[in-house]
Amino acid sequence: MRRVFNPEKKIYTLAVIVEDIPGILSQVARLFSRKGYNIESIVSGATDRPGITRISIELLADELMIDQIAAQCRKLLGVKAVKILDEKTSIRREIAFIKVRAEERAARDEILQIVNVFKGKVIDIDLEAMTIWVFGDQDKNEALIRLLKDFGILEIAKTGTIAIERGHGTIYDDNKLQEEFNYGKNVL
Amino acid sequence: MECLLEQNVDTIFGYPGGTIINLYDELYRYKDKIHHILTSHEQGASHAADGYARATGKVGVCFATSGPGATNITTGIATAYLDSSPVVFITCNVGESLLGKDAFQEVDITGIAMPITKATFLVRDPEEIPDAMRQAFAIAQSGRPGPVLVDFLKNVTNPDVMIDYEFIPADNNRDCSAIRKLATDSAMSAPEIDTEDVEKLLDMIAEAKRPFLICGGGVVRDRADKEFREFAEKIDAPVAITLMGGGGFPGDHPLTSGMIGMHGSEASNIACDECDLLIAVGSRFSDRVALNPKTFAKQAKIVQIDIDRAEIDKNVLTDHHIIGSAGKVLSMLNAKLPQYKHTEWKEHILPLREPSKAPDLGRFTPQQILETIRNTAPKDAVVSTDVGQHQMWAIKYLHFRYPGQLLTSGGFGTMGFGMGAAIGAAVGCPDKCVLNITGDGCLRMNCNELATVQHYDLPIVTIVFNNGALGMVRQWQDLIYDKRYSETTMDRGPDFVKLAEAYGLKGYRVENVEEMQATLKEALAEGKACVIDCLLDINEMVSPMVAAGHDITDFLLREGGSVG
Repeated sequence: MRRVFNPEKKIYTLAVIVEDIPGILSQVARLFSRKGYNIESIVSGATDRPGITRISIELLADELMIDQIAAQCRKLLGVKAVKILDEKTSIRREIAFIKVRAEERAARDEILQIVNVFKGKVIDIDLEAMTIWVFGDQDKNEALIRLLKDFGILEIAKTGTIAIERGHGTIYDDNKLQEEFNYGKNVL
Repeated sequence: MECLLEQNVDTIFGYPGGTIINLYDELYRYKDKIHHILTSHEQGASHAADGYARATGKVGVCFATSGPGATNITTGIATAYLDSSPVVFITCNVGESLLGKDAFQEVDITGIAMPITKATFLVRDPEEIPDAMRQAFAIAQSGRPGPVLVDFLKNVTNPDVMIDYEFIPADNNRDCSAIRKLATDSAMSAPEIDTEDVEKLLDMIAEAKRPFLICGGGVVRDRADKEFREFAEKIDAPVAITLMGGGGFPGDHPLTSGMIGMHGSEASNIACDECDLLIAVGSRFSDRVALNPKTFAKQAKIVQIDIDRAEIDKNVLTDHHIIGSAGKVLSMLNAKLPQYKHTEWKEHILPLREPSKAPDLGRFTPQQILETIRNTAPKDAVVSTDVGQHQMWAIKYLHFRYPGQLLTSGGFGTMGFGMGAAIGAAVGCPDKCVLNITGDGCLRMNCNELATVQHYDLPIVTIVFNNGALGMVRQWQDLIYDKRYSETTMDRGPDFVKLAEAYGLKGYRVENVEEMQATLKEALAEGKACVIDCLLDINEMVSPMVAAGHDITDFLLREGGSVG
């Protein structure tokens, strides 16, 4: 049957397993710019497997868009697996460092209290500022940032979202789709 | 060089330069084993390597130097990429110590070529040479074929550097580490085709009352013409041939309904609109075929058979697909397919085909030229074309019988492709007659390669459809832009007969069908390269025509040129 695609836009995370070869990140990123899609965040990091890197890309898209991008990604030679993750099927988290102005003792106390509520940590402090570490989903981190705005935010560094599928399934699981993509690049 | 011999390379098209000088120095020693064709321009070499690959089915090889040499082949790389042609492009870059310093003739060609290749390699260490070459050739010809670029730093090609090297013939290299590495995650041998998918399609075919087939470029690349023919004859359905599918199914077969799409025949376009099952083999439903994807084959279940999963549901949403090479999937289907008969449906569609005999319109017409070629040239002549009106006419009125007979730039639409491709075909298939069908605009873009044709004594007959205009753009201006012929009139030189003579070739000018017949006979009998300049009316148009984005039966022009 013909697939029906939901035209509603939402945030997707694309998990891409790639071989760690030169230029692979730009090859993947290029697909998005070619289509004029805006990447919300992109994170690249090592995995438990040697020579294999995981790239997580977060973007606002509709179902057809994300499907096409995933297909073009899967087609790249250095790409081993791709998974489309949304909020229902996955756990998504990011880390943020927030440097906030804290010159008064009262301000420092109040910031500490807020940070505790959010299960964050103060990881650096001097007489003028505190640097907070927080780990959580985007909504939680943004709520904390909103509260800290009153004190004066000096700088923020965020990791971007990483995501993993819920349950026992993994990105490495054999599936028909991946097998189908291997035809196009298969080496005989 | 040894790595090229491993891959059974005996022909290279290229152009030397400062950074690639070490490779050419080595080539000098290998003169008796590797034949190098020096073109007039790197772009010509890139198209020649592509044409060689398309005509012979082998991997084409093209050499170019760094900087401008490398950027000059980019049009050729993109042309090969869009039409899935297996070509390995080899460039050399500046030495390691100069890399990234904007050195003389330095350019990041691997970066530039990334979006238009299957893979790029930047070789920085001589030890990597053998594996990079093995992988490049394996990638170019496996799965969906395509171009690969290998860029060597100049110091890597230094003749004083010696590496441990073992000659592994390509037919026997499946166990070598480089190839194994490529295949770690995809099986070493091609994955099995899903039998359930095949069964499902067999059921769909059994239910269909009005089946219709599209023969795409995948049939040609996989040389699956026999399998496709058996498939079509068993289903007994009309077959549309796409531009890239030319040669995948005989153009004069009783089931052929002609080309499909923007300049598709009325038979094909109407069949597409009315069929209840459409099976496309190796076709990606480009915007020139599925002009309006929303209404394309609106009554039909659409099935796609393709080797590239990324093509499924890309342009047109489908009801079913089978992933695999055209040849393998079709053999599996053929083995289980009974003989069907769809007489009524065929009788409804096939009589709508264009008349094959050129009508006498009292002037010299493109159809008359092509009819002359059809009747005079050998039936197995390889035909290369450029891009534009002459290309559409050639596809419409010539019949192609085997994969590799038609060489045309379909996806990228590269003007100037034809002459290069003809050179590649003439070198790759020396026993065949090679015709280069071109227009006056296109020939101007690459006529410098006539020098190559003359030097290597390649018996290419170049037939110029000279209407003194960029005809296809002019046709759009005529029909859609209210006859505002902005910059499409080519009322200028050169005199193509004199141009041919300047290159040491024979030039002919013909103005009517009798002259055409006599000239072509003479040219073919001489067996030498020549240019035949055919003077046509500036207002000739390609018909039928459907405007971009419109429904496939929404003809702007009907067959014969009347306004739809």
